[in-house]
Amino acid sequence: MSKYLIDKFLFTIDRDPELVERYRADPRGTVEWWEAERSRVILNCPAAERSTWPSLTADEREALATHDYVRLFELGAHNFLLLTLYIALFERDYSEPLAFQREFAAKLSHWSLPYPDIAT
Amino acid sequence: MAKIAAVIASTHHPFYYRASTSTGADRPPFADEWVAKIEAFRETLTRANPDVLVMVGSDHFHQLWLDNMPQFLVGKAPYYDANYYNEEREFGLPRMFLPGDEELSSYLLRQGLDEGFDLAFSNELRVDHSITCPLITLRPSGDLPIVPVYTNIFAPPLPQPRRFVELGKAIRRMVEAWPSDKRVAIIGTGHLSLELGGPRQFGPHGPDPEFDRKAVSWIAAGDLDSVLAEVSLDSLWLPGNATHGFMDFMLMMGVAGENVKADYTDSLDLFHTMEAYFTWYPTEAS
Repeated sequence: MSKYLIDKFLFTIDRDPELVERYRADPRGTVEWWEAERSRVILNCPAAERSTWPSLTADEREALATHDYVRLFELGAHNFLLLTLYIALFERDYSEPLAFQREFAAKLSHWSLPYPDIAT
Repeated sequence: MAKIAAVIASTHHPFYYRASTSTGADRPPFADEWVAKIEAFRETLTRANPDVLVMVGSDHFHQLWLDNMPQFLVGKAPYYDANYYNEEREFGLPRMFLPGDEELSSYLLRQGLDEGFDLAFSNELRVDHSITCPLITLRPSGDLPIVPVYTNIFAPPLPQPRRFVELGKAIRRMVEAWPSDKRVAIIGTGHLSLELGGPRQFGPHGPDPEFDRKAVSWIAAGDLDSVLAEVSLDSLWLPGNATHGFMDFMLMMGVAGENVKADYTDSLDLFHTMEAYFTWYPTEAS
């Protein structure tokens, strides 16, 4: 399990407009590329000084590759990162303000406290 | 010594800028009331005539990241660029450029370390909407130098609520002892009950109106005993999964002082969160 790496994916995609569009259009391809090229780059270190160990589990990879935000919530993805990126991906497809956000909430309505632990 | 011109605690709502500047069919029905309340709140800072602003907020995973996460951080830079692409994207927030007060930053870092707060620092900090929203509401010209103070209300493990209060009290003491003739306003923003990225988000009102009612009364009365007795890191999940931002209000209660009533209190029940605005005018002798 690597909640940290899920969060790192959400964080590094969300801050880059080109990657947001790429992840919207091709989620599986973007996750595969990111895992191979970006997942082990330490953000404040030169690219060559990368980590050797972080990996997504199969479950985590599949959730990211299928835009399955309910599963990502259940895996302990950080709620703010998850919401922010997924608004950027899908809000544009809804005509009413906040309609995507309300659908997001409704799809999680089977959850009550305690929510999945987001601590990394 | 420096004078504390005002202590201000507020929610920060990233939708305010867009709501207040939109016109015609784009203007939401609650905008006029919101703007009127903000303009009245802004006057409480203007009237205090500050020279410099200490701004307490929290980075929302913009510059600070989980590979190196400070609990409390003070910016020390001559300038601060502000707001990020994803805040422009989601909230329509403008890019901003703000002057810093390096002398006060250095002073707070040195004194804070000597008082037992192991403050992190940043010499190149791009601040986000936790700092810019209160500037947009309270000082839209952004003309005054700032000292940003960031807290971690976001990435567990978090400091305990009492630590936020203690830091607030220390900031008050330190500013009052600052050898300067400047008038300092201390402004901090947080949240009442709030849910983001969870099943209770974006409801018809805040996720826990009862918590909001209690929180407003605690803050307005400076009731540190009650808030510290009732609020814990665990309990803050109950009103909503983003409610740990309330700890920045607790920090500001520490700045304002034990049982010191706010001189100005206002609130506004918006569609998914309650807005709340407080100002204290410390007396010269304090």
